[in-house]
Amino acid sequence: MLILNRMVQYFQTRFDTSFAALSDATRRGVLEQLGRADASITDLADKFHMTLTGMKKHVGVLEQAGLVTTEKIGRVRTCRLGKRRLEEEAAWIEKYRQLWAARFDALDVVVEELNRKEKADGRKKRK
Amino acid sequence: MKNDTKVERTSDREVAVTRTFKGPARIVFEAWTKPELLQRWWALKSYGMSFDSCEIDARTGGTYRFVFSHPDFEQPVAFFGRYIEVTPPSRLVWTNEEGEDGAVTTVTFEERGGETLVVLRELYPSKEALDEAMSSGSIGGYPDMFTQLDELLVALGH
Repeated sequence: MLILNRMVQYFQTRFDTSFAALSDATRRGVLEQLGRADASITDLADKFHMTLTGMKKHVGVLEQAGLVTTEKIGRVRTCRLGKRRLEEEAAWIEKYRQLWAARFDALDVVVEELNRKEKADGRKKRK
Repeated sequence: MKNDTKVERTSDREVAVTRTFKGPARIVFEAWTKPELLQRWWALKSYGMSFDSCEIDARTGGTYRFVFSHPDFEQPVAFFGRYIEVTPPSRLVWTNEEGEDGAVTTVTFEERGGETLVVLRELYPSKEALDEAMSSGSIGGYPDMFTQLDELLVALGH
């Protein structure tokens, strides 16, 4: 189930309102876009209906955070997701594991109770 | 010793969760398919979530619908889909239809000497779908970040 992502989406909404400067919707969109394919700053500016200067600023912020790397080849600056992505994957897997571990600890209790009940019922039947 | 929950990205498109339970497969399977039992462990109480309603028609082709609330959610969130395969007590397969690019979840129950090994696999339609699930779950911060943020706001006098 995508419940972890759903939860995070809600938290992100809150994050947007309280810390707009840190968690900007356009910058998240840029990251999502780069998750699908590398893109030039011009491509990104077009996609998000922004000026080149505006997009350069956003990419600059992402680059400083280590979320994006850029490389200039000829006249085109290409943006791609930074190394953070691997750390993100590891972090996601750990959160996901914690979620299932919490669930499964609760399931242990249910299974133990059903075991006990079955044993008790079995004893009654034999009598 | 406490039982370990293991998670592994098994391929470009799949994540697998593994755990052993102390009981026969029949009992563990029951806890996944009876609403009154599933409701007792699925909701993540430690995350502050509560189960509003739980509908399960555990037959091949049957549907499920879970509704959760959380103090930080503006409204309850529903999770729903269809059971593609229900083979008691060894195999359950369901779809996740609440979003685009939802995974197909397969759970197997394998009994070994009175214990049951449960393997849950979530198979995404593409590598991109799983990558995106992972990045949307991490960009922008996790709940514990908000705990820190809340503490900060309290400290700042809000």
